[in-house]
Amino acid sequence: MSATPLAIAETPWTLPSKGRVGILSLIAAESAIFSIFVVAYLYYLGKSLAGPTPRQVLEVPIFDTICLLSSSITIHLALGALHKAKTGLFSAWWFATLALGAIFLVGTGRDWYRLIYREGFTIHTNLAGTTYYSLVGLHASHVTVGLVGLIIVMLLALAGKVRQEDAERCEVFSYYWHFVDAVWVVVFTVVYIIGR
Amino acid sequence: MASDSFPLPGSIALTPPHEISKTWLEVVHDWVSTVDHKRIGLMYIGYALLFLVVGGVEATLMRIQLVHPRATFISPQVFNRLFTMHGTTMIFFVAMPVVFGFGNYLVPLMIGARDMAFPRLNAFSFWMTAFGGLLLYFSFVGGDGLYGAGSAPDVGWFAYAPLTATAFSRGHSTDYWALSLLVSGVGSIGGAVNFIATILSTRCPGMTLGKMPLLAWMNFVMAGLVLAALGPLTAAQVMLMIDRYLGGHFFDTQAGGSAVIWMHFFWIFGHPEVYILVIPAFAFVSEIVPVFSRKAIFGYPAMVAATVAIGFVSLSVWAHHMFTVGMPSYGNAFFVLTTMVVGIPTGIKIFNWLATMWGGKIRFAVAMMFCIGFLFQFLIAGLTGIMLAAAPFNWQLSASYFVVAHFHYVIVGGILFALFGAFYYWFPKMTGRMLDETLGKWHFWLFLIGFHLTFDSMHIPGLLGMPRRIYTYEPGRGWEIWNLICTIGVLFQGLGVLVFVFNMIRSYYGGTPAGNDPWDAWTLEWSTSSPPPAYNFAKIPAVRSRRPLWDLKHPEDPDWKYE
Repeated sequence: MSATPLAIAETPWTLPSKGRVGILSLIAAESAIFSIFVVAYLYYLGKSLAGPTPRQVLEVPIFDTICLLSSSITIHLALGALHKAKTGLFSAWWFATLALGAIFLVGTGRDWYRLIYREGFTIHTNLAGTTYYSLVGLHASHVTVGLVGLIIVMLLALAGKVRQEDAERCEVFSYYWHFVDAVWVVVFTVVYIIGR
Repeated sequence: MASDSFPLPGSIALTPPHEISKTWLEVVHDWVSTVDHKRIGLMYIGYALLFLVVGGVEATLMRIQLVHPRATFISPQVFNRLFTMHGTTMIFFVAMPVVFGFGNYLVPLMIGARDMAFPRLNAFSFWMTAFGGLLLYFSFVGGDGLYGAGSAPDVGWFAYAPLTATAFSRGHSTDYWALSLLVSGVGSIGGAVNFIATILSTRCPGMTLGKMPLLAWMNFVMAGLVLAALGPLTAAQVMLMIDRYLGGHFFDTQAGGSAVIWMHFFWIFGHPEVYILVIPAFAFVSEIVPVFSRKAIFGYPAMVAATVAIGFVSLSVWAHHMFTVGMPSYGNAFFVLTTMVVGIPTGIKIFNWLATMWGGKIRFAVAMMFCIGFLFQFLIAGLTGIMLAAAPFNWQLSASYFVVAHFHYVIVGGILFALFGAFYYWFPKMTGRMLDETLGKWHFWLFLIGFHLTFDSMHIPGLLGMPRRIYTYEPGRGWEIWNLICTIGVLFQGLGVLVFVFNMIRSYYGGTPAGNDPWDAWTLEWSTSSPPPAYNFAKIPAVRSRRPLWDLKHPEDPDWKYE
């Protein structure tokens, strides 16, 4: 028997990028985790046996929200610049993203400081506290991880190591960042609109 | 058998790698630092086999305690720890790693790839899983902070609240339990991300989704279920840790928390988990049955569709574990209905396997015998599943030995039998040596007899009212003879496993050399050498049908003309 080739692979063979597929799978798994915390938050609304209620202590973080949501725009602009090989512009927009994310995280920290030390509202106080700190804290921990990623890319960019061909990697990271922003829209709706 | 065109032209480098003798430290270093999907797969499998023995010993101790009424072989406290550790070990540190291990080993080979999509993530996932198992067993010494050595989690494998609250579960054993599941869950999610990226992004040219081996398809669906189901488990464990360490109130009923919501969160994970384990078992059967029936799989598209359907439906059946909690009648009706519906795609699969065998030239090799055992036993497991899915029946028998018998029928009679089949089928590929068929038949018959003695007879004390998780029972209730038979069955199963372990060790060192394609099979893993080289294929293959090796062996009658 002669060795026949298995196929005449003349037709072009393209498959989805593994980075994109990987990050989307991770986002799916993360969504499952967040949805359980969101369900717990909604389920326990108004079930606390003791005060204070969210309405009495929570303040709507409008400024922080604007900062975080606009960081999705700046990271998009950064990628646009990188696709056109404008690395300087990329660094500028990337830094803006980093700064906006950091402002959000500092804002959450200040808010928590106020809640804990002035209002006496802790994770232990009542069910509202338990669910609030868990849900917002889970999101904040994702922002923190995102910031670590942003800082690493920023340092690489400052060292001149981020080039046009790295655009796809940065884009894969940006999916994560957009996800963190999208989750905040859900958390904001649940905590500050429905829950308050 | 294997034609002279084997191995595939260009699939193996012509110069054999010259052997370099290594010190044992170098060998250990090689394994610890490896990112090769085959080595990681083997480590998953070896790790799972180790825990299979540990979990089996735990089960044996419990069966000895239950052999006659009012036995005092082990104390009630130890009994509680044993059933908790047995359940947790078998699900998270035997079944999960072993299906991940086979998937890791086989998926890249079957889709003509050189490795998983993310090799380092793959190694990370394995070591997280391994660390999780270590944490769980460290609780034996660390559970009470060392001076109460001999402590381990005793809250049951689904750890219902409020039993897990600090007030009722003192010491750290429950924390080790929660942490170990958290850590191994991270590993499982990493593995699932990797499977999906590998299957979607690294298939060899020509392998469209419709030409992918069923094993790859089923591992794909399994990985999707892991993404959906492990998250809720992780979230629930985080909540439990917040309750135990930060004074949270998620499951604290005295502060308005709900014990029932833990049940929901756990079973939202827990039921898809059954399918996470059984779908890879389906995958093994779907590869083995056609090869030993000498026919292509019957109804490939229906098999894929049924697998995807099972994946979706299994996400909405969880509360059938909770009929006795007291849900509203429409809640009961919904979960009865969805649970019954999941039987339909599963039935389609069973008919497809039977139709594949129908009219085939069946070879009764040990791998095939285990698959036929799987078919019978999984059918019975499914039938008791349908019985338990009916809420009124479930109200009578929930948390009885009937339930224990049912899910052991699924996990041992179904999943473990398919897994043993997979060992006999792929061991030659993994090691280059055949497993001994005579010893294999001893293994099969001993295990089959033991399985039926134990788990057939376990249904009856359940029907007679014997609750699960009791450490002893009163004489005179008609349970004695059944419990005795159960325990005798364990002896046969234990002997069967010993024969299996002996067979593996003996065959590894002195088995018949397997060659590249001992079963005259059709998927790509058989086109490379046994064991495959680190790079799998020297030249990436290209395929035109679902059975590329059939096309190669039968150029006059290739599959791609008909698919």
